[in-house]
Amino acid sequence: MTDEQDKILDEVTNSEYKYGFVTDVETEMIPKGLNEDVIRMISKKKEEPDWMLEFRLNAFRHWQKMEMPTWAHLTIPEINYQDIIYYAAPKRKAAPGSLDEIDPELKATFDKLGIPLEEQKMLTGVAVDAVMDSTSVKTTFRETLAEQGIIFCSMTEAIKEHPDLVRKYLASVVPPTDNFFAALNSAVFSDGSFCYIPKGVRCPMELSTYFRINAANTGQFERTLIVADDDSYVSYLEGCTAPMRDENQLHAAIVEIIAMENAEVKYSTVQNWYPGDKNGKGGIYNFVTKRGMCRGKNSKISWTQVETGSAITWKYPSCILLGDNSYSEFYSVAVTNNYQQADTGTKMIHIGKNTRSRIVSKGISAGFSNNSYRGLVKVLKGAENARNFSQCDSLLLGDKCGAHTFPYLEVENPSSIVEHEATTSKIGEDQIFYCNQRGLSTEDAVGLIINGYAKEVLNKLPMEFAVEAQKLLQISLEGSVG
Amino acid sequence: MTQKTTISPREELVSLYLENLDMITEGSPDILNRFREEAIQHFKLLGFPSVKNEKYKYSKIESLFTKDYEKYFAPKKISFRIEDIFRCDIPELDTHLAVVLNGFYFPNNGLTTKLPNGIIISSLAEAARNYPDIVGKYYNAQAENDTDGLVALNTAFVQDGVFIYVPKGVVEEKPIQLINLLLSTENQLVQYRNLIVVEESAQANVLICDHSLSPMQYLSNVVTEVHVGANASLEMVKMQNEHNDSAQLNHSYIVQERDSHVKTNVLSLHGGFIRNNLKMLLNGEGADAHAYGLYLADRSQHTDNYTYIDHAVPNCSSNELYKGILDDQATGAFFGKILVRQDAQKTQAYQANNNLLLTADAKVSTKPQLEIYADDVKCSHGATVGQIDREALFYMQSRGIGEHEATLLLMFGFAHEVVKQVSIESLRDRLDDLVEKRLRGELSRCNNCPMNCC
Repeated sequence: MTDEQDKILDEVTNSEYKYGFVTDVETEMIPKGLNEDVIRMISKKKEEPDWMLEFRLNAFRHWQKMEMPTWAHLTIPEINYQDIIYYAAPKRKAAPGSLDEIDPELKATFDKLGIPLEEQKMLTGVAVDAVMDSTSVKTTFRETLAEQGIIFCSMTEAIKEHPDLVRKYLASVVPPTDNFFAALNSAVFSDGSFCYIPKGVRCPMELSTYFRINAANTGQFERTLIVADDDSYVSYLEGCTAPMRDENQLHAAIVEIIAMENAEVKYSTVQNWYPGDKNGKGGIYNFVTKRGMCRGKNSKISWTQVETGSAITWKYPSCILLGDNSYSEFYSVAVTNNYQQADTGTKMIHIGKNTRSRIVSKGISAGFSNNSYRGLVKVLKGAENARNFSQCDSLLLGDKCGAHTFPYLEVENPSSIVEHEATTSKIGEDQIFYCNQRGLSTEDAVGLIINGYAKEVLNKLPMEFAVEAQKLLQISLEGSVG
Repeated sequence: MTQKTTISPREELVSLYLENLDMITEGSPDILNRFREEAIQHFKLLGFPSVKNEKYKYSKIESLFTKDYEKYFAPKKISFRIEDIFRCDIPELDTHLAVVLNGFYFPNNGLTTKLPNGIIISSLAEAARNYPDIVGKYYNAQAENDTDGLVALNTAFVQDGVFIYVPKGVVEEKPIQLINLLLSTENQLVQYRNLIVVEESAQANVLICDHSLSPMQYLSNVVTEVHVGANASLEMVKMQNEHNDSAQLNHSYIVQERDSHVKTNVLSLHGGFIRNNLKMLLNGEGADAHAYGLYLADRSQHTDNYTYIDHAVPNCSSNELYKGILDDQATGAFFGKILVRQDAQKTQAYQANNNLLLTADAKVSTKPQLEIYADDVKCSHGATVGQIDREALFYMQSRGIGEHEATLLLMFGFAHEVVKQVSIESLRDRLDDLVEKRLRGELSRCNNCPMNCC
């Protein structure tokens, strides 16, 4: 009996990253290294117009003058940017018109990941743009969405088919000069998703991008641009996984969201890049710039993220509240275990009148990991009656991990109210004891308490995601208790 | 002289040091001299902290040093009786008095006062000669010369300051008052150093008052090192009341041994530019630290408080409360950091920062931070920026209190939460009084002081 119990416990605590497989698909790659020729090559491969190449080259020239930021509470080993392959794509003959034309290996991969690529899975009601390594593999439901005027396609296609829209909005929220990784991304970004919701349209289904790193030695640099025109609504999901490898891989993405008058955008992420093994070997470096702009009056942008993966996370989904009465919220659960490091949080820049923002961040650290919340709430002079509430809680599981909070509050307006509160604690012995005496094992009790702790955030996720996120939380923390 | 504009203040100070090395070291005790060379090298390397330095993000330091200041390496002779020009007006407050004039200990029946119970209040330079064992042990033990250019600058140039020593087991009820006066006919840069040692099981109250007595431009760069022994208790109240042309850079370092209690209270009532650094190291189990602060700023004043509480060992507690009221175009900043080291289990650390903004031009930035590496801890921090509660104001108006008076009452209540932490009753009452007058705009100086310095 005890043997069996031990076996179960062993299985549970040693359960590993389940998306760590590699797909054996023929991949087209360019040589390692980064210079202007590489950028020209990427641009040529994607058959881009001149203005796009110019955009990339300008970003690259600026990037060369920049230095990697060191202010985050992270220990980042030196990254050799010349030792990365900047473009890798699954080989294919022509753009797939239907699912049958997709490489069966690829399809199997996404099936394995549980991504509903097949259109017959109408019930799930999710339109997916799947991005493997550097390129978009397949976007589903395009036609259905097009009937309502919604554009949802890969960035490469968008540049070709909707150059005016792309040109108008690309880099309008995150300029190429914004920061080191944004500049790098602007120079070499290979693909991503583009989404445009026309005036007055309420997007009938969840839109989703699924990012997958597959090839070795490559970096993934994708770019997402979401534009919600007046009175529109869209809910957008993002998921990420990668194979298990001993070397670290770089992921530097940009997400831009623009919400016009009365528009609402809900962006949810379940980030589950390979976090490295138990000894901190391997894993993805996730250096992402995400920013939304509430440009119109009464617009709303909501970020929800569940961060369980990546060896190092450097990510601050932010929002510029430009339009009067605009509203933004940020809900985050960040879990770190083993030797993971996370420095994540948000920025809320209040510019318009009566703008409001709400930040709820829950950090959970276990093992030898370090988990930091870093956030800025800035209220500019004209932002009358701006209101912000921030709450950042940290939960420590184990005595070798760290939890940190670095909030910045900068207020220049007397009619605004800005509040921040943070707590750090561990799970109380009395709470565990209570669960134990009700017949729950310690492991289950901890799972229960953590789920309750994270509930406020998980509740904000679309249903399918919430289920996945809950499972993820459990897997990420297995073996960290006791 | 045409070259002068191209020389940066950093280079200017380094060459000032090199050119006057003889004068600086001559007559200065070896304990002070032996750190100078290393310190000036650090300063040469570090320079002034820039706004890119996270610690100094909201304060521009270098521009303060671009003004022309006189620097003295020996006390300038000013002959007067201190009682004639300055009377502390706190009624019923009987203290042991030490006066520092423009950065030099002002002789009060000699340079050293030794009380019957063994307490020593002395000029630092004099004490370094008379008590080399004590001063040598604690001097420069905590100062961060290698990371903060301003501290290194102080260590390189320091000439004098105050030394307070409370021997083992001595409990002194009567507060020790340290008055820093700035009085001159020219602009001055003063850099002095205080050393306070409270031995095991001893108890003391220290009150530090900063005043400017003449309307010149002053820049003070002051380092205070405090050592509190096991089971000892120390309360330190600092009242800053200088004029709008003065700038203060304070660096306080406090280390606490086992079961010691320390309470600090910084009240920034007036001053053009105030930067207070406070670093508390809880170095023995059971130590308890309280840090309180109040800053009231108007016109173009700038107040910036930086606190760093280092929980290095288990079972310690700390509590921090800083409050600020900012009027006109005043700017305020607060940066509070709590570090809980890996083995510091059972730590309790609380921190709060509340700010009131009264006008559209006032500005405040706050950064409360927690850095925690132990799991069995209870830590929290909170920060707010807001304005007077409209509902409370309405309630008071509905009870017949005029809007102006009600606003003042609310502000006074807001500030009182910090003032009430002062344990000496007569001082507390006086501070309440000062705060109230300050909020009413009636006060810019101590009442009885004949010098109209603000």
